[in-house]
Amino acid sequence: MASAALYRISAIIVKELWAVLRDPKARIALFTPSLIQLLVFGFAMTLEVDNFNVGVLDRDGGVWSHEIVSRIAGSPNTGRVVQLRSPGEMRDAINNQDVIAALVFDDRFSADVAAGRTGEVQMILDGRRSNAAQIVSNYLQQIVAGVANDVRPSPAIKAPTTRTVPTYWFNPTLEYRWFVMPALVVTVGALMALAVTAQSVARERELGSFDQLMVSPLRVHEILIGKMAAPLLVGLVNATVYIILIPLVFGVPLTGSLVSLYLSLIVYLLSLIGVGMLVSSLAQTQQQAFLGSFLVIVPAILLSGFATPIDNMPGWLQTATLINPLRHFLVVTEGVFLKDMPASQVFANSWPVALIAMVTLSASAFLFRARME
Amino acid sequence: MSKAFDHRRLRALFVKESLQIVRDPSTLLIAFVLPLILLFLFGYGVSLDTTRTRIGLALQDSGEPALSLANAYQRSPWFEVETARSLAELKAGLVAGKLRGIVVIPADFSRRVASGSGADVQVIADGSLPNTANFVSAYAEGVRASWAEGRGLERGRTVAPTIASAPRFWFNPGLESRFALIPGSITIVMTMIGTLLTALVVAREWERGTLEALMATPIGMAEFLLTKIVPYFVLGLGSMALCTLLAIVLFDVPFRGSVLALLAIGSAFLIPALGQGLLISAITKNQFVASQVALLTAFLPAMLLSGFLFEIASMPWVIQLVTYVVPARYLVPPLTTVFVVGDLWPLFLRNILALLGFGLFFLALAFRATRRRIA
Repeated sequence: MASAALYRISAIIVKELWAVLRDPKARIALFTPSLIQLLVFGFAMTLEVDNFNVGVLDRDGGVWSHEIVSRIAGSPNTGRVVQLRSPGEMRDAINNQDVIAALVFDDRFSADVAAGRTGEVQMILDGRRSNAAQIVSNYLQQIVAGVANDVRPSPAIKAPTTRTVPTYWFNPTLEYRWFVMPALVVTVGALMALAVTAQSVARERELGSFDQLMVSPLRVHEILIGKMAAPLLVGLVNATVYIILIPLVFGVPLTGSLVSLYLSLIVYLLSLIGVGMLVSSLAQTQQQAFLGSFLVIVPAILLSGFATPIDNMPGWLQTATLINPLRHFLVVTEGVFLKDMPASQVFANSWPVALIAMVTLSASAFLFRARME
Repeated sequence: MSKAFDHRRLRALFVKESLQIVRDPSTLLIAFVLPLILLFLFGYGVSLDTTRTRIGLALQDSGEPALSLANAYQRSPWFEVETARSLAELKAGLVAGKLRGIVVIPADFSRRVASGSGADVQVIADGSLPNTANFVSAYAEGVRASWAEGRGLERGRTVAPTIASAPRFWFNPGLESRFALIPGSITIVMTMIGTLLTALVVAREWERGTLEALMATPIGMAEFLLTKIVPYFVLGLGSMALCTLLAIVLFDVPFRGSVLALLAIGSAFLIPALGQGLLISAITKNQFVASQVALLTAFLPAMLLSGFLFEIASMPWVIQLVTYVVPARYLVPPLTTVFVVGDLWPLFLRNILALLGFGLFFLALAFRATRRRIA
């Protein structure tokens, strides 16, 4: 009996792998996008704001406005400094996004500074890009403060009696790429696993061959095991490519244990397959399955802690993220890559994923069975 | 061959396509439910503004200054503090992600404060989350600075500044990240409708052979493409209208431009988006491959390379070059502008022209690819 079941399962696994890997276009679509994403998005996602253009409306033309402008131009973060001749030009430059910030010096600026009065610099920033504007404003204010200090070094500044000394563990120079690349294992893995699952189930439903499977000697759970084979394989291959390339090519450290990473990865892929099956069991057509899985994956990525920290979300939403497998596995990949996370912690973040996998897989098995009767 | 555009035939086909849209719940889900979810998440849940962060405090000194500084950290609205005597107890919390940082007040802190010889407070932040790490170190320093000021440790350090500068943020004085995120999510939704949905729908007709059946009718190529474009064009604009309404009513995003400008910008974007969708379907003729290609070439670039989350100017130059061929890049600036600034036609026209250029290019390619397959 048992050997017959094994035989049936291995037969359907072979059939499923064949179905997914046979089409050359599909083979390309399974393995190249993840590479492109690693290259393009690994580099595109940067928190740094540099190479920004600054406009200057200098009605002063004195020594101190020149000093500020030349320091801004000399800063490695600045792109171009654009000389503006009138408030109208300044408005246009900001409106058209030629510059993200503009400094305005009035005609008394250098005289005020020289006379020991406070010289006023107007600093105008493009609030449309709220995040970048804030960072640029900090840069510019630092430069202005540096010049201000050179005008009149405060005579009696003693060494401060206390200070904070920051150190950054796990990522000493705060490279954003070190955070992004392990996270791509999570998000790209989710996109692929959901798409392959949705395709393999919903396609057969749409073409009607799923009914043939149902009337074959295969049991429902055997069909589902077969359906897991292809997405599991595709997910593992893609993740392995990432796990090899990220440390070797991009220099992100991989400090933790590969065994616990892979165990956690398998559980994670199973949970995604479960979600994909659940969506497919509700869908009539491939189109519905693809769009349905999109409807699931977009919020799941936004609520994984990748886009913005979970700590920043309102409490009820933080609780809701607990049913999101991406959230848990992100802690694991960041931990195993950067923090040398011990197995006990990997386990603590993997069992919720295992629970999600069990719930979604059994729910989809139930739904498929219910459809049969 | 009949004339290129037959009024009755065209109308029949529009009815067919529209029915297909209305009858498939998944289409409506993408056009009207996904925008709701996205706007809701960007409007309420996902925020770049940090609230309370959990940190550990290793208090290795029991002198009065150390206790007073520890108290300042415990009372800070920015931190939720777990206090311990040794650093070792807190390290595991940092690895597990239960703590985002550790403040260490060393054993000689009080003595050094008393002697005025410079006392260091060590701040260890979890660098695996660079955003949060920056926040922790900046705010830990802030707490220390205001504590030191409160005790008069740094008396006489403040003199009237020689140069003062106060930043003013135009269009968005409160720097609400919502103002940028919501137009960005409209971009994502319109990309999904324009490219992903069309690519799927037409790829399905290829896959099932219903397209060949359609081609066997007297319908012309231009008519065929038109019947595929117009209904999704209308759907895209409808979804944009819904998003705009919600953005204004629910999320307090200002709308300072004109409806006409919004319509012009949205329509200009839908042309390349739809063209790209048709092209993908004509090349792949397979729903799975089409969805993957649309994901990779339209959805992800719209999210990551359009400039609404990450600054394009800061990317490596190769990637900056790539952003020039992402249509969404030309939608984000005018869309944000029409919401928070007003009508700036020079900016709009520049981007609309770029979008129309891409639109013609994609449509021409789609036309060629479709015709070749039929022949």
